[in-house]
Amino acid sequence: MDSTMTRSAVRDGLGVGLAVGLSGVAFGAAAVAAGLDMAQACALSLVAFSGASQFALIGVVAGGGNLIAGAVGAVLLGGRNALYGLRLAETLGVRGWRRLATAHVVIDETTAVATAQSGPRAARAGFWATAISIFTVWNLTTLVGALGASRLGDPDTYGLDVVGPAAFFALLWPRLRQGAPERRVAVLAAIVAVGATPLLPPGIPVMLAAVAALAGTVGRRTRPRDPGEPPAEPALTAPQDHA
Amino acid sequence: MTTWIAVIATGLGCYALKLAGLVVPQRVLDDPRVRRFSELVPVALLTALVAVQALANGRALELNGPRLAGLAAAVLALLFRAPFLVVLLAAAFVTAGLRLLGL
Repeated sequence: MDSTMTRSAVRDGLGVGLAVGLSGVAFGAAAVAAGLDMAQACALSLVAFSGASQFALIGVVAGGGNLIAGAVGAVLLGGRNALYGLRLAETLGVRGWRRLATAHVVIDETTAVATAQSGPRAARAGFWATAISIFTVWNLTTLVGALGASRLGDPDTYGLDVVGPAAFFALLWPRLRQGAPERRVAVLAAIVAVGATPLLPPGIPVMLAAVAALAGTVGRRTRPRDPGEPPAEPALTAPQDHA
Repeated sequence: MTTWIAVIATGLGCYALKLAGLVVPQRVLDDPRVRRFSELVPVALLTALVAVQALANGRALELNGPRLAGLAAAVLALLFRAPFLVVLLAAAFVTAGLRLLGL
């Protein structure tokens, strides 16, 4: 039973890693078109390893903007990874120097797969399967894209632009089906992010959607608190490690 | 050279933020509100990401027919309890197919 869940987590992870990692081609091609050389494009994928931040930086390079402001903006986009780390710290159970290696692969994809599993073992297996496959594929396809993926044509032709959102949605699906609070948070987050998109620089609207999670927290807490603050019985002993 | 500095600085900054979440002390995470928040954060951010990737191109909102049809195919596949990879393939197949037809 446990090993079946672990296997299915690994399968999810490899699927996400392969499918989403392929869009590294689009990044490599865009980076070179923006004016980075091949080594810079590959280095950025290796050291930043965070699609949104990478696209933000090359956007500034392409536009001839201020590179310091560009780097700061790109880093801010990585803010959501800090929030993911908050969620994953206990599940992954890494200590000491291993945290240094683990941190590099705390991104959208690994979080999506890890949090879609039931039980910490499956969550860890899914996290690492995603991490290893997407790190490998993303960096290889960045190189391919930088070497001249224009010959392969626009990645959108192959429907690659829909694979990312479809994968995240599929991974969210079980949680959205389970809980009404989760559904409310999801709907609010989508409204906030889409509503803010025309108003704010790319990437910030997604970060802003964290207020939906905050609203979910407040909504849950007000109820048990009303009848005279019973501190002895925390009504929400949140699922300890239900990933 | 300045491009190299920007590349390295972005890498270091992104890494620092990733690490920040992992090294938050356990007692902070033991607070039920923080715990509930961190449970809900992936739901909020990943849903927001899906919504923006589906409906926006840069800062412009757009309804891209093939992309939305691909997502609809993914939802349909999920309703039929299709395996994960089938969901992804259905989405990419429908989107690529419609574009091939010039829609």
